[in-house]
Amino acid sequence: MRPFPTFSQAPMIAQLTRTERQNAILICLVIAACGFLLAAAGRDDPISIHGALIFVACALMIFRIGKDYYAPEPSDERFAHYYDDPSKAGIVLSMAWVVVGLAFGDWVAWQLVYPDLTFGGGWSSFGRIRPVHTTAVIFGFGGNALIATSLYVLQRTTRARLPDQLSPWFVLMGYNLFCLLAVTGYMLGITQSKEYAEPEWYADLWLVVVWVVYFLIYLRTLARRKEPHIYVANWYFMAFILVVAILHIVNNLAVPVSLGSAKSYSAFSGVQDAMTQWWYGHNAVAFFLTAGFLGMMYYFLPVVAGRPIFSYRLSIISFWGITFFYMWAGSHHLHYTALPQWVQTLGMTFSLMLLVPSWASAGNALLTLNGAWHKVRDDATLRFMMVAAVFYGLSTFEGSFMAIRSVNSLSHYTDWTVGHVHAGALGWVAMITFGSIYAVVPWLWKRTGMYSARMIEAHFWLALAGTVIYVFAMWNSGIIQGLMWRTYSDSGTLAYSFVDSLIAMRPYYIARAFGGLLFLIGGCIGAYNIWMTIREPREAEARAGDLPEPRLAAQPGE
Amino acid sequence: MNIEHDVLVGFSKSFGLFYLIALSVAVLIYACWPSNKQRFDRAAQSILDDRDRPWR
Repeated sequence: MRPFPTFSQAPMIAQLTRTERQNAILICLVIAACGFLLAAAGRDDPISIHGALIFVACALMIFRIGKDYYAPEPSDERFAHYYDDPSKAGIVLSMAWVVVGLAFGDWVAWQLVYPDLTFGGGWSSFGRIRPVHTTAVIFGFGGNALIATSLYVLQRTTRARLPDQLSPWFVLMGYNLFCLLAVTGYMLGITQSKEYAEPEWYADLWLVVVWVVYFLIYLRTLARRKEPHIYVANWYFMAFILVVAILHIVNNLAVPVSLGSAKSYSAFSGVQDAMTQWWYGHNAVAFFLTAGFLGMMYYFLPVVAGRPIFSYRLSIISFWGITFFYMWAGSHHLHYTALPQWVQTLGMTFSLMLLVPSWASAGNALLTLNGAWHKVRDDATLRFMMVAAVFYGLSTFEGSFMAIRSVNSLSHYTDWTVGHVHAGALGWVAMITFGSIYAVVPWLWKRTGMYSARMIEAHFWLALAGTVIYVFAMWNSGIIQGLMWRTYSDSGTLAYSFVDSLIAMRPYYIARAFGGLLFLIGGCIGAYNIWMTIREPREAEARAGDLPEPRLAAQPGE
Repeated sequence: MNIEHDVLVGFSKSFGLFYLIALSVAVLIYACWPSNKQRFDRAAQSILDDRDRPWR
């Protein structure tokens, strides 16, 4: 039996050829030089801190490569296997980010209950740590999970190994450098104050480079594929990569004050700026938080359930529906603003039409489980995916509903929006990701199952309870808030002051923070379980192959 | 400026409508074309097949 390395001793650098190691060091040197120049040009500007951070990160990376630089080169035997090291690292990073991101999220939630819950300095104020939360969970957790699973799925569905071993590492490490620059920047006060696009120009430019390499990996692997037909999950992943590139580049068009300054000014102003931002913002939801994770779902759900997708045709129709409808929906974020009325109506109409492809996907997933409900009952991994599909259906319905102008007049600027976002982010994105990670970890590390099936079970119920508490709290809070803001007295003045509505929110803020705490505890249990699965000395009756076998319920008590 | 705006709106409302309809029809025809069914069925089944190694 061929011995498989455990994570702790996995010779990830030794897996690279000598040339790849040299190129990796060369790339690090170039980026370190850029960091050094930023640090030097920045002088007293906060950009100099980021320059130093880039320099140190690259230096550490060079030392890491240097440590194993003289390890023997890998044999040609490697071509007989898929290249999964970057996927493994991506999953570990993803779980680290989720713990950090959820912790910041819960901290922010408690700040709304106890506003003094800061460390005094500006870095820990609500306005700075809220984007740390959103960036850490969306880009840190979601993005790393997408990179890890997309590279895994891409290789299996095309039966082609990744074209080289260096570029996926460049994408993964480069992407995490971007996330690090983003969250540290917010705490330093560096932001261009665009929702989900807060990082400044230099971080944005860096992400463009990383993202183009990511897309090229996809194209190069597809070019080597054995299968004539490209499996639908790859279409979703490719739409995710391609459209996020377009959105990111257009929305972040800006001119920096100088090359030594973190501050830049957007190329857009006024209502054009708002429209560009929400065209970006809503499509970030569409193509980052939906298309990418649908790609995950269309692969992992059928494989874990052991049944092909209910209707492949429907998956194609919903793919094109989602791709072409979502593009026009962003203006529903700007109802009752200076944006021309017809553009608002366009956004509203397309949001309603979106219900068709969204429910087609949700229904397709649930109908795939038809005949496998006993597995859903027994296996928390599959149950995560089932609940994700349900929440996907619920939050897309809610989203279409909230995009209607008259509904939006009640819901906009209230906690209802926050509740809607979290029904999607916790209920759909996080659930499908946890389900997929629990499925893929034993396959990647060649284990017979996760370290503890009970912990998956605990994680599932904590996550579900946390999500439900969170969403119900925000529904109540948001609707009360919206009603209070539009209630008039007999004399025609507003019946409630803003502070009145704040006081009414307080119990719901406590409930929300508690729901978030449950979700955080679940995430920590998940991270521990995954770490123990990786560290476990029990080498499993390792399968020689790289492909998962559709498995039945997780064996309890492992 | 007004003319430019009107032209843009007119273009969006006419061309935009028809190209999206054409696209929807094209996708539906592609997805429902009978001879494609076999290929789709094979694709749906393919991820469950035990092909655990890269082909080259």
